[in-house]
Amino acid sequence: MLKSLRSRAVPLASSKHQINTLEGGDFQNATLKTFDETLKHQGAWPLKPRALDILQVNLGYMCNQTCAHCHVDAGPDRKEIMGIDTIKKVLAVAKKTGVPTLDLTGGAPEMNPHFRWLIETARAEGIKEIIVRSNLTILEANASYKTLPQFFKKHKLRIVSSLPHYSAKRTDKQRGEGVFSKSITALQKLNALGYGTNPELILDLVYNPSGAFLSADQAGLEKNFKTKLEAQFGISFNQLFCINNLPISRFLEYLIASENYETYMETLVESFNPATLSGVMCTNTLSVGWDGALYDCDFNQMLELAVDSASNHIDNFNLDRLLKRPIRVNQHCYGCTAGAGSSCQGSLT
Amino acid sequence: MSDTYYNPKDLKNFKNISDWSAPLGEAFFSYYQKVFEEGALSAREKSLIALAVSHVVKCPYCIDAYTQDALKRGIEEEEMMEAVHAGAAIEAGATLVHAVQMMNKHDKLSL
Repeated sequence: MLKSLRSRAVPLASSKHQINTLEGGDFQNATLKTFDETLKHQGAWPLKPRALDILQVNLGYMCNQTCAHCHVDAGPDRKEIMGIDTIKKVLAVAKKTGVPTLDLTGGAPEMNPHFRWLIETARAEGIKEIIVRSNLTILEANASYKTLPQFFKKHKLRIVSSLPHYSAKRTDKQRGEGVFSKSITALQKLNALGYGTNPELILDLVYNPSGAFLSADQAGLEKNFKTKLEAQFGISFNQLFCINNLPISRFLEYLIASENYETYMETLVESFNPATLSGVMCTNTLSVGWDGALYDCDFNQMLELAVDSASNHIDNFNLDRLLKRPIRVNQHCYGCTAGAGSSCQGSLT
Repeated sequence: MSDTYYNPKDLKNFKNISDWSAPLGEAFFSYYQKVFEEGALSAREKSLIALAVSHVVKCPYCIDAYTQDALKRGIEEEEMMEAVHAGAAIEAGATLVHAVQMMNKHDKLSL
């Protein structure tokens, strides 16, 4: 199994090193416009939030998988986990702000020991929608995790799961040997409970390109995924979300090692689509780190770019202040504005 | 001027052909875009046809562009290679069917 950048102690494990990489090369020598410059050119600088619709909570970087493209650098060797005190504060903020959606991510969020308590409490407090970003294989990991699908159903969690392709070859290459077959088993079990067919049990899949290229049209890919998964495995799901790979963390390592970095950045810049700016997720989402720190998005969290606000932690959460903040951007943001756009809810246009 | 006839960066300058003849260039690009839209054939099917033809006409720019397009569309390696074989088979067939002409001529001239 691949090891995280952190455990390999390579220079790219440092967010500072990643930012230096993103700010150097063709951006430093002005061959390519920085994201800041592009925003200014569009009259959209600084980018500002519209609302808080989604509180995305990273429950920890621990994961049972080490995917080749992971922007979190997650894996079994990562020990950062959100503690119960921070979880309680997150729930208090969710209640106070009335945010409609709680979006749980990781790592594998299910590996947080307080995961079930968090869901039960959030449901009791009446949070409208709870999303769990499940990698699927965790649902097959051991006897305790195998009861999670029933738990998801009981609490009507919306499940969003990565499946980069309907072929084992491409999925396993990106997510690890054997991931595809376990994911298919988990999806079939979720289907058997009504996920993907019962309108109250939403099951969405996430497609992200398995290499140094952007995603094609979401509707076309969704149609193809639905046909193939139904024909080959009898699997149903609701929507396919297409997400571009952002040039940070392990995907950045891959881009550099495969000598695709310059071309990929050039493609992202050339594919900049101004129509995506009004919908980018940092304008309606806040990301909470495992330690309670606040970020404009999960990607900024991994680059340790904390929100540009005096309210920068769950301990001093102030929605009014946060909604006035300028959003912090860097060259990785081109990943969300390329082509049809990209977000945790799929394409933007 | 590059030292080789083909330079991958030239693909990005394809649109510049309109600089010397805007009406023809623009008409071509408008037609090209229309051809590859969803129609009676899906955009995915057309992409595979384009990939096969790219090989038949031996256009490195087109192979570059349509291999990327296939990856974006989630087209699998087997599908890509079968498309190229379909193109290659027509090319081989086009050569071989001329052998009938050879045989006819041979027979006409032979005792």
